[in-house]
Amino acid sequence: MSDPITDPATPQAVFGKEAVTEALADHVAIGALQDLITDAKWDRKELTLTVAPESIIAAAQAAKAAGYNFLEDVTAVDWYPSEPRFQISYSILSMGLKQRIRLVARVHGDSPNIDSITSVWPSANFYEREVFDLFGVRFAGHPRLTRIMMPDNWNGHPLRKDYPVEGYR
Amino acid sequence: MPTDLLEKPEADQRNKPMTHTPGVRDTTGTNLAGFRSAEDMLIPGVEDVVAESTSHHHPHGSDPISDSTMVLNMGPQHPSTHGVLRLVVEVDGETIVSLAPDIGYLHTGIEKTCEAKFYQQVIPLTDRIDYLAPMANNLAYALAVEKLLELEIPERAQVIRVLFMELMRINSHLVWLGTHAMDIGALTVFLYCFREREQLLRIFEAVSGQRMMTSYIRIGGLALEPPPGLMDTIKTFLDDFPSKIAEYEGLLNNNPIWISRLKGIGYLSGEDAIALGVTGPPLRASGVDFDVRRDMPYSGYEKYTFNVPVSHDCDVWARYVVRMDEMRESVKICHQALAMLPALEGQPIVANSPKVILPDREQMKTQMESLIHHFKIVTEGFAVPAGEATSSIEAPHGMMNYYVVSDGTAKPYRVHMRNADFSNLQALETMCKGRLIADVVAVIGSIDIVLGAIDR
Repeated sequence: MSDPITDPATPQAVFGKEAVTEALADHVAIGALQDLITDAKWDRKELTLTVAPESIIAAAQAAKAAGYNFLEDVTAVDWYPSEPRFQISYSILSMGLKQRIRLVARVHGDSPNIDSITSVWPSANFYEREVFDLFGVRFAGHPRLTRIMMPDNWNGHPLRKDYPVEGYR
Repeated sequence: MPTDLLEKPEADQRNKPMTHTPGVRDTTGTNLAGFRSAEDMLIPGVEDVVAESTSHHHPHGSDPISDSTMVLNMGPQHPSTHGVLRLVVEVDGETIVSLAPDIGYLHTGIEKTCEAKFYQQVIPLTDRIDYLAPMANNLAYALAVEKLLELEIPERAQVIRVLFMELMRINSHLVWLGTHAMDIGALTVFLYCFREREQLLRIFEAVSGQRMMTSYIRIGGLALEPPPGLMDTIKTFLDDFPSKIAEYEGLLNNNPIWISRLKGIGYLSGEDAIALGVTGPPLRASGVDFDVRRDMPYSGYEKYTFNVPVSHDCDVWARYVVRMDEMRESVKICHQALAMLPALEGQPIVANSPKVILPDREQMKTQMESLIHHFKIVTEGFAVPAGEATSSIEAPHGMMNYYVVSDGTAKPYRVHMRNADFSNLQALETMCKGRLIADVVAVIGSIDIVLGAIDR
């Protein structure tokens, strides 16, 4: 058995838009989002499609039209100090195809802004409020973007990497 | 007072029952979402409820009483909100005009804490998320990390995982049934349910040393070898349990109060459920036939034969029926798992990966290499290859996903939990609108929320 620590990449892992498109030519999501994706990754049997933050609504609509009917999750990863620092991850499931994809958009830290996809999936409401609360990413077009976990007068966004684990002094 | 007070909200577009082609039922739910425009389905926030309530006053109306609405605060200490859930409710008489949940009272920053711990130290934190099914959390987290590590889990460990997952489901559903019935006013059922739950807690204690915060499922396998004779105890429990389900049903199924409080209450159509992110028993009670165990199997669920209970009634009663049937199916799965175990006797309970999994005590005390591995894992953890992974399991409350991002070090870069409770709560407004305030209690009971899982 190969040592899982010294042997990082899955043999089947494919990186880059061209390579993934070639390796997974008949994948429904790749066909539907072909024009929108800027980068792609097939790793550990999970498909991650990167789109530009401006086209997130279009990408969500295209995915929904292709049969990915269920929005599971919206969350973020803070890659501080590299820029664009916020990776917004959307986990989308197709109940018919029994497949899930991960849509990713990278947002710059200066004025973290991305369009809300509540117009495509109303369930994004709470998830986007949570990302706003804990990461400080603003979602344009969200019906009411307020803090959901922390108190309204809280200072800072706790899940940012430059926020200390035990809070500010 | 207008006579059509109860009918009034029915005219609202947002509460209209589904009207698509009869006869053609889309059980996969693929075509259901998007049936109505998403904007119509947005739920209000607390501020919206308060702000909009003023616009519902009609100072020049004929009847001063019916022409004003009232904003009520329910919780966070209300016993029927199953924890610290606060609801801001606008009522017209006793009818719900609008409602918004306010959460975060139990937010403890578990996701932030995870980033400061070694991978193996996160396991006890996951117990505290959905504390009625701790092993489900353990498993979802372990599966995500195992995906990153590409570990192969021995067959025996997988069977024991499935066995305890289903016992956890029974455990969680028993608490749901007991508290749900107590909210409706049937105290006896609560006592009956906790009688059986006590046996389950003793089984969990026997296997892990803890009644509730078990931390039993670890990265790479299981924490401990099950004690001898435990499988016989489980078998005795399982043989007895279907008669107990019949007992609960005997108390409830023909109870006129139970029927009138549950039937036709909290209507949630299939397409609304999908659009609002509802999963688990409430989704299947709305006619959408999706279960992660069957449709996207993990831990060897494809080897078990079981039914996925689905109901098309879309109300609180349907959720009750679905969960009761799920308990019976869980008993079936447990029996199959128990039958598989004797043939797997002698297999280890952890994967063969000495740099990730702690060696057993005997090896650690006698072998130099094991001692080094033990020291390294405890003091510096183990590095996980860079990447991101999502695991998905069917927890008792619905779909539970763990999203783990690694930067190649011994501490997770990001751990995110997607719990069914959080998104199921979003459907509360849709289910309660236009109904009576007493029905809110029944509906909260029927979506079976745990605030630990919502607030994290």
